Amino acid sequence: MRLSPDEIIFWQNGFFKLNATIVFTWGLMLLLAVGAKLITRKLSIGLKRARWQNLLEIIVIAIEKQIEEVGLSQPQKYLGFLGTLFLFVAAASLCTIIPGYEPPTGSLSTTVALALCVFVAVPLFGIEEQGVGNYLKSYVKPTFIMLPFNIISEFSRTLALAVRLFGNMMSGAMIIGILLTITPFVFPVFMTALGLLTGMVQAYIFFILATVYIAAATRVRKPRPEPGQNIEV
Amino acid sequence: MLIDWFTVGAQALNFLILVWLMKRFLYKPILRAIDAREQRISRELADADARKTEAQKESDEFRHKNEEFDRQRTALLSKVKDEAQAERQRLLDEARKDAAALSSKRQETLRNEEQSLHQAISRRTQQEVFAIARKALTDLSTTSLEERLGEVFTRRLQEMDGGEKAGLAEALKTASAPALVRSAFDLPAEQRVAIQNSLNETFSAEIHVRFETAPDLISGIELTTNGQKLAWSIADYLETMKINIDELLNEKDKPAAKAGPEPEEPGPETESR
Repeated sequence: MRLSPDEIIFWQNGFFKLNATIVFTWGLMLLLAVGAKLITRKLSIGLKRARWQNLLEIIVIAIEKQIEEVGLSQPQKYLGFLGTLFLFVAAASLCTIIPGYEPPTGSLSTTVALALCVFVAVPLFGIEEQGVGNYLKSYVKPTFIMLPFNIISEFSRTLALAVRLFGNMMSGAMIIGILLTITPFVFPVFMTALGLLTGMVQAYIFFILATVYIAAATRVRKPRPEPGQNIEV
Repeated sequence: MLIDWFTVGAQALNFLILVWLMKRFLYKPILRAIDAREQRISRELADADARKTEAQKESDEFRHKNEEFDRQRTALLSKVKDEAQAERQRLLDEARKDAAALSSKRQETLRNEEQSLHQAISRRTQQEVFAIARKALTDLSTTSLEERLGEVFTRRLQEMDGGEKAGLAEALKTASAPALVRSAFDLPAEQRVAIQNSLNETFSAEIHVRFETAPDLISGIELTTNGQKLAWSIADYLETMKINIDELLNEKDKPAAKAGPEPEEPGPETESR
């Protein structure tokens, strides 16, 4: 029973190897980059524009809006990282309709890599926004006792991110694999459709959780207005 | 082992590369295009706003000008109307004056014509009356009439009042030439003697008299001496009658002239509007 596309190895030279996860990731990267390049090659700034451009604008603006709604005041700054997370995970699950394709997100290595990227990006963005001192101080708030719990929460949520995505994607692929052996007709199609939905939901969850973590890290805490003071509306 | 650490590193690297690629090929161009479109739209909106403002301004200006024009036109119209009214009034007054002058002149002319016609008629009537009278008297004058005339003349000599008599006596005395007695017909000898006697008697002196015939006297006798004259003739009566008629005519004309229509004076304007 194969649980991960990591196990399909095309080429290996000692520590270096070329497995299905990396190859499919490259394929996805190629697809996304070439598709974006092709569509954005001749962008119209007028009111009339191509349908593909319209689609891309809708996606980009929706991501931007979502980031802003979570509480990041400068969504364009985080759009590159967070938007790519969403698009990569979404594209990885969307491509499961292609026969013979194995989603790279179904590999724990990939999800761990993505979770590690988030794990590194959160303090980076936080320090950039608040400065090292203020960011580190946020670990001992509200009291010093909370420091170990805060650190544990950092790691556990990263692990949770990685395992959640992996579990969902792997299970989706697993179910289809099992169903194909039991009921080879019709039913796997429904499960694939369900898998698509699950994939999109997982992409959204991964993206929104990363956004929330970054928003929590970058939020500059303002002193609350003291009671009795007039609050300007 | 589900986690292959080489794959983890490779995937992290792949992800970072993908982030760069997406930024390069997707987000930047798309956001740039959106920004450009928004700028263009806002520019167009601002342009439209500016044009609207401009149009509003121009419309306001136009309306203002229109109102100004209307006001000026109204003012000009009323001014012209007033002027025309004044001119009309002036022309009317002038015409009225002219008409009054013409009317009075015509009335004057008419009156003059009437007067002259009256005069002409009167004169003609007078002449005709006199001519008829003269003709009748001339036709009627016979010796007996002449005799009668001589008697009347003699009586008049005798009936003269004091002043008149003294004047005539003085004239007769100082006269170098004999007194001239003129008559329409040749006086018969008895008449001449009677007149001579009567003269002598009246003035108590010998009066030299020369008799002469003058047909224009119309049955009358006239004594002329040194600028004094005593006469009685029908012509005298006629002359007196002529004078009386003339006076009568003049009296008749005067009140007629006075009663004539007065030229109408243009009264003060009482028009109210």
